[in-house]
Amino acid sequence: MRRDIFQAIADPTRRAIITLIALQAMTPGAIAENFNTTRQAVSKHLRILTECELVKQEQQGREIYYSLDIDKMQEIDQWLEQFRKIWISRFSQLDEVLSTMKKLKK
Amino acid sequence: MRFDFNVDKSAKTATIVREFNASLPLVWDAFTKKEILDQWWAPKPFLSKTKVMDFRVGGRRFYAMVTPEGAERWSLQQYVSISPKTHFKMSNAFADKDENPELPGSEWDLTFSEDNGTTTVRVVIWNESLERMEKMIEFGFKEGMNATLNSLEQLLETLSHA
Repeated sequence: MRRDIFQAIADPTRRAIITLIALQAMTPGAIAENFNTTRQAVSKHLRILTECELVKQEQQGREIYYSLDIDKMQEIDQWLEQFRKIWISRFSQLDEVLSTMKKLKK
Repeated sequence: MRFDFNVDKSAKTATIVREFNASLPLVWDAFTKKEILDQWWAPKPFLSKTKVMDFRVGGRRFYAMVTPEGAERWSLQQYVSISPKTHFKMSNAFADKDENPELPGSEWDLTFSEDNGTTTVRVVIWNESLERMEKMIEFGFKEGMNATLNSLEQLLETLSHA
């Protein structure tokens, strides 16, 4: 199932998890210690983030460490940049149209 | 001229604020008359082609973004509320060529104000799903890239024959 990446980061707990593991890879237990919630709830958030490919898992001995996939986060920035560019382009065209309209009125 | 672009992912909104060096009536016309809209609405290299536009509450605009290859991507906008030269609200959705909307769409809120000959336009877009917004960009971006690559191809061809 392909998840909506923006829905994944719309949740405040998931955003907090992203911020935490951006600094260092962590186990689910260590992540859960930072939240006033059950470990099951944290596991569920991690599963969603994993399905969105926002986080990577790495097995170290008996523990699984979660870390942030930086490339995926950059994808979001690039996507927003495209959206921004559309509006820049659209509005610079409107500038030209308005200046033509002004000349015609004179 | 001021240009602000902000996306609030948790509120699922995008807010665009832009100033124009023109009077309010002129800017208002540019947003509400189809002949003018079609001149700037589509970011290059696309063309905007408005088939129907009836700017009144309950009215609609049915238009296509046309790629340089001539492919049409239709959208349907419906006007929810209008306060002349101040504000209007509309719903926006992709549609097929027979005006059947592909839901969910987005809600657009546009506010206009003038100060000393400078007109500020504020556009707030609310999306039911940010995935849809992603789709919207993906479409534009892919087509735009293709168009750029195609014109590069043509340019290279011209150069090789020169």
